[in-house]
Amino acid sequence: MEITEKDVEYIAELARLELTSEEKRIYQTQLKNILDWMEMLNQTDTSKVQPAFHAACPPEADGTKEDGNVLRDDRPVQSENREDILKNAPDREFDFIKVKKVIE
Amino acid sequence: MLTAIDIAKQVKQKKITALEVLERCLKTIKEKDAEIGAFLEVFEKSAASQAKAVDEKVASGKTPGKLAGVPVAIKDNLLYYGHKMTCASRILENYISPYTADSVRRLINEDAVIIGRTNMDEFAMGSSTENSAFKKTKNPANAAHVPGGSSGGSAAAVAAGMVPLALGSDTGGSIRQPAGFCGVYGLKPTYGAVSRYGLTAFASSLDQIGPFATAIDDIELCFSVISGHDPKDSTSIRNPVYARNFDLKNLRIGLPKEYFIRGIDGEVHAKVMETAKNLEKSGAKLIDVSLPHTGYAVPAYYIVASSEASSNLARYDGIRYGLSLKNKNASLTDVYKKTRGAGFGSEVKRRIMLGTYSLSAGYYDAYYLKAQKIRNLIKGDFESAFKKADVILTPTSPAPAFKFGEKTSDPISMYLSDIFTIPCNLAGISGISMPCGRHSTGLPIAVQFLSKPLSEYAVFDMIRTYEKSL
Repeated sequence: MEITEKDVEYIAELARLELTSEEKRIYQTQLKNILDWMEMLNQTDTSKVQPAFHAACPPEADGTKEDGNVLRDDRPVQSENREDILKNAPDREFDFIKVKKVIE
Repeated sequence: MLTAIDIAKQVKQKKITALEVLERCLKTIKEKDAEIGAFLEVFEKSAASQAKAVDEKVASGKTPGKLAGVPVAIKDNLLYYGHKMTCASRILENYISPYTADSVRRLINEDAVIIGRTNMDEFAMGSSTENSAFKKTKNPANAAHVPGGSSGGSAAAVAAGMVPLALGSDTGGSIRQPAGFCGVYGLKPTYGAVSRYGLTAFASSLDQIGPFATAIDDIELCFSVISGHDPKDSTSIRNPVYARNFDLKNLRIGLPKEYFIRGIDGEVHAKVMETAKNLEKSGAKLIDVSLPHTGYAVPAYYIVASSEASSNLARYDGIRYGLSLKNKNASLTDVYKKTRGAGFGSEVKRRIMLGTYSLSAGYYDAYYLKAQKIRNLIKGDFESAFKKADVILTPTSPAPAFKFGEKTSDPISMYLSDIFTIPCNLAGISGISMPCGRHSTGLPIAVQFLSKPLSEYAVFDMIRTYEKSL
């Protein structure tokens, strides 16, 4: 698997990471090595295998014998820790978290 | 150090006060932790007021909780209201928990005393705790060696006798591997047995919270407290029905041939086989099983875990909380990039890059989807093996604790140190690490028992019977 410096810059851009040129150089080599190592997965034919996106308990092990999504009622509830959440914001004005201009 | 069970009993019987227990632990921490470095912060003040409240409860004649006066250390990725929680990362250096994790709340409800937060690999990414942005934690058995990771601080705190109990989190072995390296018990429960509410997300489909202790009874006590349904975690099991009573007589213990490979340390191999033979003497039947896709587990895991991490860690943007770097003319995107570039350490950035790559357009099928299919094959391996065996016995790690710096320059060699613990997380089953002796270097050696979902109590019983037979 070839990983170019441009590839590294493109991934860093998608991930919103500012990297130094030294970091770009290191990650370029390391990502190539890791991806080459991962190539071994292609030794297994998975054309007839379903993906397992989770490791949740099978429904027969869960006493409710239910499967599928767990959803709560769409009902508004009062949050008790509003002030504690706002206190962690780097920039705050009144009860709002201040953000840089998003629309030109 | 008394066990958690003894502390709770003696506090209840007024033989000792919770405050005395706390003071003893604080004294040990003061004596040892400058050298070991297990704690990032000790909550002296809040712990003292908790202990006093427990003592008052006992004095007033009320029945205290199951963990009355038991000091518990928590890994620094668990929220505890009003206290700092950093994930050992610069990006969260000054973050104050706005609420308490479900597992920590359950401990407090049973009158445990939360004594402090322990060191870890940044965002739980690592196998040696060397990725902490703040400090090194040393292995109490030998200070030149790592304690394992990512929950290295919790493992070292228990192993050094600073606390009887600690919580950690395990995404690919982060409880079992450090427990094995430090010579204590460590449990990764069935996925969904313990609520993840208030655990900082790393890889949500793999993360589980679990205990460290010096005795199996303490592991059981702690697990019985922290497990249970929580509506705030949608993957929390609603009505868990636990298997009970594995009778060591005629219990089928599977030895997977893929876990006894070349490259495993000779003494580790010998100790694990000695444990197997002792189990056989107690009446268990040893049988060969095969988990044919084991060799693919580590690369599949690093795709799945890094993909989930790249998504979960998108929240650290310098806007809502944590580090925020900006200059006057910076755009919003600049704030994101600068904050994340400066706030995350190198392993975290490497995994975000890897995860972003495997989820990006054109590569999703080749990496992420492929890995999830391999994951299903690994799940299937275990399902077949558990038709033949009740419990699977393996080494916890291929070798004892390694030295500082030994694997830091080669990410793949670090990843491979988790080769025996990773498949368990991919399959969501239960896994426990048990100390089984010492290496000629003096470092601890451990075995791992893997078993079906919700068979924790049956395994605790089995270990208890086994230990009595020794």
